[in-house]
Amino acid sequence: MSGTLTLNKITAQRGISVGEAAKKIADLGWNPSYVQEAMTFPTDYKITKAPKDPMKQVLRSYFPMQEEKDNRVYGALDAALRGDMFRNVEPRWVEWMKLFLAIIPFPEISAARSMAMVGRLAPGEDLRTGFTMQMVDEFRHSTIQMNLKKWYMENYIDPAGFDITEEAFGKCYATTIGRQFGEGFITGDAITSANVYLTVVAETAFTNTLFVAMPSEAARNGDYALPTVFLSVQSDESRHIGNGHSMLMSMLKEPENHLLLERDMRYAFWQNHAIVDAAIGTFIEYGTTNRDKNKESYAEMWHRWIFEDYYRTYMLPLEKYGIKIHHDDVQTAWKRLTEKHYVHKVAQFFAVGWSANFWRIEAQTDKDFEWFEHKYPGWYAQFGEFWKWYEKLSHRGQTNILFNSDVGYVYPHRCWSCLVPCLIREDIVTDEIDGKLHTFAHELDRWTAVEAFAGEYQGRPTPAMGRFSGRREWESVYHNVDIADAIKDLGFVRTDGKTLVAQPHLRFDQKEMWTLDDVRGHILKSPLQTLREMSPADREKHLAEYRKGFTINPCN
Amino acid sequence: MTAVQTESAKSGAAGSAVFPDSDSRKYRYFEPRSKRATHYEDVTVDVQPDPERYLLQDWIIAFPNGKGAYTKDNTAALSSNWHAFRAPDQEWERTHYQRQSRIEAMVQAVIANGRKSGAPKSFDKAWIKILQNHLGAWKHAEFGLGTSLMQAQRYGYTQMINNATLTNSSYKLRLSQDITLYLAEIGMDIPGFDDAAGKRAWLEDKGWQGTREAIESIMGSPDYLEQYFATNIVFEPLVGELFRSGFLMQVASSNGDFITPPVISSAEADYERNLANTIDLMHLLVTDNQHAAHNKKLFQGWVNKHVALANKAAAGLQPIWSQPHSKPVQYADARAQSVERIKKILGELGLTLPKE
Ligand SMILES: [Fe+2]
Ligand SMILES: [Fe+2]
Repeated sequence: MSGTLTLNKITAQRGISVGEAAKKIADLGWNPSYVQEAMTFPTDYKITKAPKDPMKQVLRSYFPMQEEKDNRVYGALDAALRGDMFRNVEPRWVEWMKLFLAIIPFPEISAARSMAMVGRLAPGEDLRTGFTMQMVDEFRHSTIQMNLKKWYMENYIDPAGFDITEEAFGKCYATTIGRQFGEGFITGDAITSANVYLTVVAETAFTNTLFVAMPSEAARNGDYALPTVFLSVQSDESRHIGNGHSMLMSMLKEPENHLLLERDMRYAFWQNHAIVDAAIGTFIEYGTTNRDKNKESYAEMWHRWIFEDYYRTYMLPLEKYGIKIHHDDVQTAWKRLTEKHYVHKVAQFFAVGWSANFWRIEAQTDKDFEWFEHKYPGWYAQFGEFWKWYEKLSHRGQTNILFNSDVGYVYPHRCWSCLVPCLIREDIVTDEIDGKLHTFAHELDRWTAVEAFAGEYQGRPTPAMGRFSGRREWESVYHNVDIADAIKDLGFVRTDGKTLVAQPHLRFDQKEMWTLDDVRGHILKSPLQTLREMSPADREKHLAEYRKGFTINPCN
Repeated sequence: MTAVQTESAKSGAAGSAVFPDSDSRKYRYFEPRSKRATHYEDVTVDVQPDPERYLLQDWIIAFPNGKGAYTKDNTAALSSNWHAFRAPDQEWERTHYQRQSRIEAMVQAVIANGRKSGAPKSFDKAWIKILQNHLGAWKHAEFGLGTSLMQAQRYGYTQMINNATLTNSSYKLRLSQDITLYLAEIGMDIPGFDDAAGKRAWLEDKGWQGTREAIESIMGSPDYLEQYFATNIVFEPLVGELFRSGFLMQVASSNGDFITPPVISSAEADYERNLANTIDLMHLLVTDNQHAAHNKKLFQGWVNKHVALANKAAAGLQPIWSQPHSKPVQYADARAQSVERIKKILGELGLTLPKE
């Protein structure tokens, strides 16, 4: 081994160990005695034990490491352009990136903001560097994703939709789901949002589907840019997961936190499932042209990452600390993804509403059908005819599928909790909040909105807990409005003032592109308002019908 | 076989077909500051939404008091257009990492080279005590500002404000760590160096209590903009630059220390950027077409409060100037310079320095 004894090593001076450095840095904090810090982030949790930083990192090594990662990302983007990536990219895939990349920078920067919250609530300063790195990481994620989106806009055949991205994010009926996700990181009880919902569940459980599964599918569709950026993003996550776990461990030390933790794990798991699986499941299963039967389906990946890795190795061990884990929730989510075709129903819903979107959705074809049936037995009987209709109605002059009664699709109620509609029709439930009727996709969504997001939980006051607010049912914003006027109001019109941003096909030909005139003359309705206006008897009848579901008519 | 894919374009590349907006290759939802949007604007503007831009459904989660994720009343300042601010330093992730890692590389190289040549051993004895006690205490001031700005970056009404605050926090926390590790490393070369003395001085020495009170007052403010304002408009010129530039940078070399100045110098460059950002934001507010008078009055109040604290802090540090063997600069001169500096800064905002 004498070969390794280099001159460099002989002359190298004594340095301080990383552990020693981290210890000294953690000692930078003190307890203020002149002015107390304002407790501006409300929480009902009690945290007295200072969380420990198992990773012992310092900014000195952090910044160069990240710069190096960046160099690789930007180098790869340049290389992708030199290699003419966009000549071979699948437009079906890139179109869905208009939705995905409209959503994701906001949850990312929200994660940066939430570091302020955990940073102040954590006693001691051991984890401060970890929180600082995560804050800067999330700033990185947000702006690197905006940069990627800009790059698609500059180089992809149809930039429309990318060019209105952040505005579209605030308005679209699909991005509303992503807003629920991002706002969930920063609003309400600071620990519920910034620790449990963001880190313990979203980052620890669901970032694999976001940042690992998405890149694989991108590469299968000729997109080498997204993998470069998102695998780089994912490489920061293990540190974030470590931060969250340390916080969690110090919270577990207080028995009075246990009930809140049970509540928050339950809420966060269910809602992450409802939101992330809806969105990422759709991108991966419906945004791809690759129908290799040997690749894992979204459900198969979910089983590996969420069920085997997260549930078995992260959630279950919490039981030994006295946290009640709701095993049946995990099973229910799994059943929704498999037997109940959750992702497929979401994709169908997005497709039905294509005209109010800001990206193109093309029909699934025979080649896709085979794969779906192989991976999700029973798929064709439920969705085959629908996609044939969709293709048929993708031509101008046809009646917009959203209003076309020949199809047989019934527009769904919106879930007041996860904001994904009540697509598994038999599971819809209703309840009242402050005397107002609401619809929920599942009993657990009802529980979330009515019982968890309230000022009291199982007899215990929870004054810091958030509330669901705003005009949560998107459809109520355009109740009784002509779809053409709604699209105009949304700004989802190209700059010629008439061609829609969204299109139900990938035909890049002006003659084929739908305009406001092609969709005008149909009135949007809010299912919730309509339900509220019914008499109690009619309402029960309506809901009983709704639970029975619908049948798509044969498409000839 | 009804679903047939027809006429799909063969290439997904820009320009391979012409149709409405096939050439729309700029973000078209915001007004750039100049003719063309900068890269910083493209990756920053409107990523944080609000009911004006463009939350159709308003905030969909609320705090128990009914407020949404971001509200304008997190500061007492008012603006007719919070969205107008653009950070002059144009920082986004890539430039931030490039700059931070360049500084880290420079600082580490300077320390390593200095130690290799045995430099710390030839520091003047009195100077070593100064580094140990006073630079050792100072690192806590920088850290306090860093954590305070980390808190503040949660509260601004726009992405531009919050990201500028975030990078300011990152610079401060880096600096506090740089100083910490610098002292620990030279401490290994200097027999008897007491690495814990700095924190003791910070917590107990009479001379440092004014600085600690000024810092804790910034940390304790519930108004994020006051935190940002007090840091860059008041504390930095009156205490930060006074101690870093007006003492360390000018006195070190004549006491045999050629390492401390380059370690600290990055802080001055950091501050120039953060000051430019802060002045631009505050300038918008004091020239607001509806709220200029309100903001000016508010800011003058902040100036009065934090200048009093900073003056006390500076006065407490005064004895340090007479501690080194070689005294190339007098406290009075350094202080005069820093008073000039803050006068200039306040002048740009139409604010005045209160009399002592
Ligand atoms: Fe992230
Ligand atoms: Fe993260």
